[in-house]
Amino acid sequence: MLSRVANALYWMVRNVERADNLARMLEVNEQLLLDVDHIDLPRIDAFWRPIIMSTGDEELFDELYPDGGSHEIIEFLSLSPSNPNSIRSCISQARENARTVRDQLSEAIWEELNGLYLFLQSSDSRSLLDANPQHFHETIRKSANVFNGIISSNLSRDEAWDFMDLGRNMERADKITRILDFTTFLPKKGAEASLIDHHWNATLRACGARSSFQSRFRNQPTPKNIINFLIFDRDFPRSVRFCIDSVDAALHRISASQRGSFTTEAERASGRLLASLAYGSVDEVMDQDLHDYLDALQTQFNLIGEEIFREYVLLPDSDESVPAIPGESISAVVAWEIQQQQQQQQQ
Amino acid sequence: MFEGYTTDGFHDEMFLPDGSPRSYCKNLLERFKNIPDEDFDTRRAACDSHFLRQGVTFNVYHDNQGTERIFPFDPMPRVIPADEWDHIEAGLTQRITALNLFLHDVYHDQQIIKDGVVPAHLVENAAHYRPEFRGIDVPGDIYVHICGTDLVRGDDGQYYVLEDNGRCPSGASYLLENRNALKRAFPTIFEASGVRPVQSYPADLLDMLHYISPGRNVDPVCVLLTPGVFNSAYFEHSYLARQMGIPIVEGRDLVVRNNFVYMRTTKGLVRVDVIYRRIDDDFIDPLVFRKDSVLGVPGLMGAYKAGNVGLANAVGTGVADDKAIYHFVPKMIEFYLSQQPILPNVPTYLAVDDDDRAYILNHLPELVVKATNESGGYGMLMGPSASKKEIEEFRTKIIEDPGNFIAQPVLALSRCPTWTENGMEGRHIDLRPYIIYGRDIKIVPGGLTRVALKKGSLVVNSSQGGGSKDTWVLSH
Repeated sequence: MLSRVANALYWMVRNVERADNLARMLEVNEQLLLDVDHIDLPRIDAFWRPIIMSTGDEELFDELYPDGGSHEIIEFLSLSPSNPNSIRSCISQARENARTVRDQLSEAIWEELNGLYLFLQSSDSRSLLDANPQHFHETIRKSANVFNGIISSNLSRDEAWDFMDLGRNMERADKITRILDFTTFLPKKGAEASLIDHHWNATLRACGARSSFQSRFRNQPTPKNIINFLIFDRDFPRSVRFCIDSVDAALHRISASQRGSFTTEAERASGRLLASLAYGSVDEVMDQDLHDYLDALQTQFNLIGEEIFREYVLLPDSDESVPAIPGESISAVVAWEIQQQQQQQQQ
Repeated sequence: MFEGYTTDGFHDEMFLPDGSPRSYCKNLLERFKNIPDEDFDTRRAACDSHFLRQGVTFNVYHDNQGTERIFPFDPMPRVIPADEWDHIEAGLTQRITALNLFLHDVYHDQQIIKDGVVPAHLVENAAHYRPEFRGIDVPGDIYVHICGTDLVRGDDGQYYVLEDNGRCPSGASYLLENRNALKRAFPTIFEASGVRPVQSYPADLLDMLHYISPGRNVDPVCVLLTPGVFNSAYFEHSYLARQMGIPIVEGRDLVVRNNFVYMRTTKGLVRVDVIYRRIDDDFIDPLVFRKDSVLGVPGLMGAYKAGNVGLANAVGTGVADDKAIYHFVPKMIEFYLSQQPILPNVPTYLAVDDDDRAYILNHLPELVVKATNESGGYGMLMGPSASKKEIEEFRTKIIEDPGNFIAQPVLALSRCPTWTENGMEGRHIDLRPYIIYGRDIKIVPGGLTRVALKKGSLVVNSSQGGGSKDTWVLSH
């Protein structure tokens, strides 16, 4: 597969996953605040700000919207063309990625993504966001589900699939840590602090994890159990461990090497992280600061991402090895040139 | 649907001057007549939105919005009876054969110049002539592998060749998608209509690419080289690549080592045998042509000259579709094939010729003036509809640089019924068939019919308000 194509497929899926996760975070927060509608506007803002703090877009937001509140935050993360990480920007980028690899995609995949793109460019999306933000975010989430569903039901499990799988799981792992990191930025004192239980429930919902969690932990939504589930669970597809396991598996399929060893730096980084997740425990996390632990995980994710790029996309000019040209494929001109050279050397 | 339809004295593709339908259009018109106007318009709009969803779009240059537009589709097909098509097919086959012999000659002995048939200065001054490729042999001696020849029909019902597009002709994807769209929107009109299918085009194209592989003949690696997603025809590039099942590559995906071409893949470098390039000569290799090109592949021309990679179309074919050389194509046919041209040219005046120039300057308001090095309807003067100021601007340009201009009388292009906001009205059309020259010469029945949607307009280019239609060639 062309390196450029691998890169575009990786980012196409990654951008859709990013938009999907943002939509989940916003949708859940909107629902959460419906439960607590007795608090006033400035206090509500205290529940929106953590979202942009955890996505790392705080600086840009304050520049674009000085004194912006909840309304501006929803706008900034949903439809703002000035925010490169807004849902609309992510889908535009995913669609641009898809356009460059259009020949690799089935019509159904393209049509779903292009349909979502056209919706987000239209005035319909603006009216929907203004009238019913929850429904807006639900629409995005459902479309992303359809997109992923078509991919998983009608694409061959070849290299293209592996690169898409990499993109999806890299982004998913990253977003789980960011959703968990919300707590770091929530108000710790006053009336809002009593909402912290609601918040932990919301965290599960934002990861689509509530029912799976309940069947695993029998209605004990303590922070420790939730962190344990979303980071260390072996079987839940939106746990960090599951995602990194998928990344590691995809990398080994691409290089056709045995898992448990490595042939590239990307595999070394994913294998090492996977081991620490498989053999680590939630108690170690609780003993230290959650924010620092999540930060360290994100650094590991970035390292894997950089190594994937270096190994499969960059291909620096200096160390390219040219495959040998088999005899029968040499053109008459080259054969003649080689013959001439040999004769000259013999003389 | 056709009440009040008039031919207005033009040659109409469906109706005779007395308003009765042409014999081969009767069935089709009968079927359309039974569709209520509102229903017709709903189905037409469904085609447009399908094109938009599918991304069957083109980008408009000189448009800062940078937006993608669909190529408006008119559901009323254009019908060509079997005998007319046989005539067109024979004429196009003759023409591409002569053009290829001309290119071989121009890049070798130049007999046609020595015999005084084509003036040397016109060849040497042609913008796309590549003297550095003289003496280089190309696989099968084929230069123009894909040709999109624009035909028009005049008042007299005769088909004329307006121009030959022998570099990177585009539009074949619309020809294929228009047929699909019409089948989806109006499935019943195809029943027992005897319309010849068009879907063999991608297979014919791939077959030709395999044929010109210079080295490996078993399963050669063919790729489509695109300038990238910002090119106006990008949709077509990815569409054709997908239909053929070959990789679509950009210049940066290819690398040349020891005069062989490779593509950069996740498994390392993989050798490429044939390139269907949709990049003009100027940009294809910065080491040989434009140094500032970032779209091309450094060293590609070296690999090509060494015979290690096939290119479709070959380098330097632009000298054959130059607007001044066009004038000489009928003479080429006589010179190389000793035949009379089956499809005539539109009469052409060359501004570089003293007598012709005098005629052009005296008759500007009646003529179409074209810059010889522009395409897509840019750099053109439509005399009858131009303002005095535009005419004077062109007068100055022609006097300053006569070699760059030709002029032709304004043809009363034939019209075809077309859906407008006032119901069915006649609109002017042309026809671009696609000729593939590989092992043999293949022409998909029909081609792309372009239609000038604006009332009275003669400009059919997609960039200037044109649309397109499905083209039906009947089997009997």
